[in-house]
Amino acid sequence: MKTWLTVLAFCIVSLSAWGQDDLLSLLGDEEEVTNFATASFKTNRVINLHSLESTSAGVMDFKISHRFGTLNRGAYELFGLDNATMRLGLDFGITDRLTIGGGRSNFEKTYDTFIKYKFLRQSSGKRNMPVTAAFLATAAVQTLKWDNPDRENYFSSRLYYTYQLILGRKFSEGFSLQLSPTVVHRNLVKTSAESNDVIAVAAAGRIKLTKRLAINAEYIYVLPDQLASEYVNSFSLGFDIETGGHVFQLHFTNSTSMIEKGFIAETREKWLDGGIHFGFNVSRVFTVVKPKIE
Amino acid sequence: MKKTLFLAVIAILAASAANAQKYFTREGKVSFFSDAPMEKIEALNTKATSVWDTESGKIEFAILIKAFQFEKALMQEHFNENYMESDKYPKATFKGQVVDMKKLNLSKDGEYPVTVKGELDMHGVTKSIEAPGKIIVKGGAVKATSSFEAAVADYNIEIPSVVREKIAKTVRIDVDVDYAELKKQ
Repeated sequence: MKTWLTVLAFCIVSLSAWGQDDLLSLLGDEEEVTNFATASFKTNRVINLHSLESTSAGVMDFKISHRFGTLNRGAYELFGLDNATMRLGLDFGITDRLTIGGGRSNFEKTYDTFIKYKFLRQSSGKRNMPVTAAFLATAAVQTLKWDNPDRENYFSSRLYYTYQLILGRKFSEGFSLQLSPTVVHRNLVKTSAESNDVIAVAAAGRIKLTKRLAINAEYIYVLPDQLASEYVNSFSLGFDIETGGHVFQLHFTNSTSMIEKGFIAETREKWLDGGIHFGFNVSRVFTVVKPKIE
Repeated sequence: MKKTLFLAVIAILAASAANAQKYFTREGKVSFFSDAPMEKIEALNTKATSVWDTESGKIEFAILIKAFQFEKALMQEHFNENYMESDKYPKATFKGQVVDMKKLNLSKDGEYPVTVKGELDMHGVTKSIEAPGKIIVKGGAVKATSSFEAAVADYNIEIPSVVREKIAKTVRIDVDVDYAELKKQ
């Protein structure tokens, strides 16, 4: 009799196991996946600074950037709109982590190139990583006519380099923050009082207001006693507006130049004196190499 | 006597196990197409999980939204960030029933048209849907396909006016699954 009961019990248990409600649970625990943080910033620039984002593999990002004259030039120059410095640039995503790019600015007729590699990606789940980290190296060559053509001039005097570590985190859907310790190297400086190497720390953040609108800010602190006294720290405030394939970045900044050596080490205007440039970056992406979908 | 009983029980169990055949996959294909005047958008997910109980006809699917792959990286980003909000709603699930199980004979090769009814849960909204499907049995392998349409607005997915010409109001969803027998551990 006892055996009977045991067998019956076994029978019931095994049948009820088959009749489970949630079929998918029969497959056992789900394999945990690594969930990478995406879209910490809308594009690979915050305003002037590189953001922690890279250009996706196979994508070309065409950038048109303008900085108008300062607002304090008054109505005669339509608050700076009569003057514009501009940069045209192309960025390419070689892989999802490696981006290269270049551009040309009319400010000091400068050509620039950069390479950026994202070596850590913020993720949760199977693999946990609290931050995204990228390394940026840029080189720029200024091609103005020599100030003093009679003396012996060297091509190397035209060159500028920047090395930057970008550490950032998307804290929530709406808030991202990054810090970038930076070294700008100038082969030639105007006076011996200025350092060839300029060390700075940049901070930048984003707050998303709606799905397609974000507010960005960035501040670059240059460590003291490196630059001549006329130079100040760069501060910029702006909006990112996203419309399908374009990102429009509209901003106010006290920097004229759109490349590192310029906006980090050569910013002259002061916000409090109205030395503020209105400007924009327009980013348009094109898929050049289609990814393999499998 | 005891031995006979024991054998009988074993026989019953074996029979019920054979009846209660279940099929599963972890690599089901789910794709969607949006056909709007200015842009055609297509994405593929090859990591759909599904279990189908051929005794009761119950069928379930689960997919990770982030596993949809697009041709354009920016589209994929927007799909996750702006439309599906995949950090908030990481999964879409379907729980339902193959209605006409009686027409099926999985031990015989053939194409069996079926109807699937159930609840589709996506972007935090659950809707009852009914979709035509096909069960294809060939050389012992069981495959299921289905194609149905879903209205984007039904799932509380907002399409802003600037991209209204680029994203269809109704998208087509295709399901293509190769099932394998689920062995009881």
